[in-house]
Amino acid sequence: MGAHQGLGAYQAIVGWMTGLGVPDWLAGILYRVGAGLLMMVFISVVVLWLIYMLRKEMGHMQLRMGPNVTGPLGLFQTVADAIKILTKEDIIPAAADRPIFMLAPFVVFFSTGMLYMVLPLAPTWIINNVNVGLLFFVAFGSLTAFGIMMAGWGSNNKYSLVGGMRSVAQIVSYEVPMVLSLLGVAMLAGTLSTGGIVGAQRHVWFILLQPLGFLIYFLCGLAETNQTPFDLPEGESELVSGFNTEYSGMRFALFYLAEFANSFAISAMITTLFLGGWHGPVLPFLPWLWPFIWFMVKTLLVVFVMYWIRSTWLRLRIDQVMSLTWKVLVPLALLNVFISVGEMAIVRVIGG
Amino acid sequence: MQPDLTGLAVYPLVVVGFTALAMGAAWLLRPKPRQTALKRSTYESGIPTTGETWVRFRMSYYLYALVFVVFDVEAAFLYPWAVALHQLGTFAFVEAILFILILLVGWGYAWKEGALEWK
Repeated sequence: MGAHQGLGAYQAIVGWMTGLGVPDWLAGILYRVGAGLLMMVFISVVVLWLIYMLRKEMGHMQLRMGPNVTGPLGLFQTVADAIKILTKEDIIPAAADRPIFMLAPFVVFFSTGMLYMVLPLAPTWIINNVNVGLLFFVAFGSLTAFGIMMAGWGSNNKYSLVGGMRSVAQIVSYEVPMVLSLLGVAMLAGTLSTGGIVGAQRHVWFILLQPLGFLIYFLCGLAETNQTPFDLPEGESELVSGFNTEYSGMRFALFYLAEFANSFAISAMITTLFLGGWHGPVLPFLPWLWPFIWFMVKTLLVVFVMYWIRSTWLRLRIDQVMSLTWKVLVPLALLNVFISVGEMAIVRVIGG
Repeated sequence: MQPDLTGLAVYPLVVVGFTALAMGAAWLLRPKPRQTALKRSTYESGIPTTGETWVRFRMSYYLYALVFVVFDVEAAFLYPWAVALHQLGTFAFVEAILFILILLVGWGYAWKEGALEWK
């Protein structure tokens, strides 16, 4: 394990554990388990905050207060909701395909949780800086489609099936411009490791070199997380709530958790790839914490814009959604590849 | 850079373990009354569901899936090229651009044949 991964304190904590007589290999595994659990706690806290933020933001944009009764400024509302949903009855419809129905939330949450493995929260705060981090992120991001398809099919409910099919068609279609739009970043950085990509943005953020790539990735991120204007999979007016119609209790909560964790992960990836990640001015007060603060500020700003769009835009029609990706975004993403090649040529000519 | 393979093996287990923990906590906390047939019936806004759910689906989904496979494989080919572009010469530039242009022709054909229309 290199010095640039595993949440930073690897040497210190493993050294301390071996000092207590724990064998080397066990100390390494325990450390990684601890880091993973810390990340799970991080996901839970972030999701609680995002739900609160969404409700508050939507409330204010629609000239109402949002949650404001439970706790100061309504801060405990999502905590109360989480506790309540934990104590809810678990209903599995008699007609459902039981194993698939029960497995689906696990698959969805698993694929989302894996995304957080490669997010560089700060210079040394990354669970595992794999050298194909970007590809890893994209691959696990689209694995959600399996879970959603399983939920839609396994529920044996017409709303769920239509919602699941739409969702998968949408995820699959927006996958293409999404993957192509990130090629430019890979070219400029010369690496696929997320830590390395942030390092490559020391002098200039990639949003300045890749504005088109940023826009395409942002739109595709909205579509991948099924957010307005691409939220047909759960179009309430026609499909009740899409693929998770039949789910209740903790199983539903896992879908919900995954949805919000996914939109945070996409925003964090936008920050990492285009907005310079944890780069930012470091003040003398608590110097080790500032990169993380900058990372969170940028990511939450991106999330804010996502929810802004979510609370003001209208839902598109399915044929509009599909022609947007295949007829507009795919050629634009390919154009972005050519632009990036041109940029690379310029860099080479001026000898960068 | 040596990838951390132990971490790669441990982290997925932690994610699954966390999910199992959450489900286990919910199992401990939730009420488990006897569920009636009505409660376990398929939800369709209060109307009894009619006919099969698992029926044949419209063609467009499969067409999109096919075009998706083509383009995703393309992207998977292009990633190594993009990363190594620093070291590769002009030849690799031109080759990859030819590759993309050939695919663009295929994309144009798919459009012309109506595979990209939602019908």
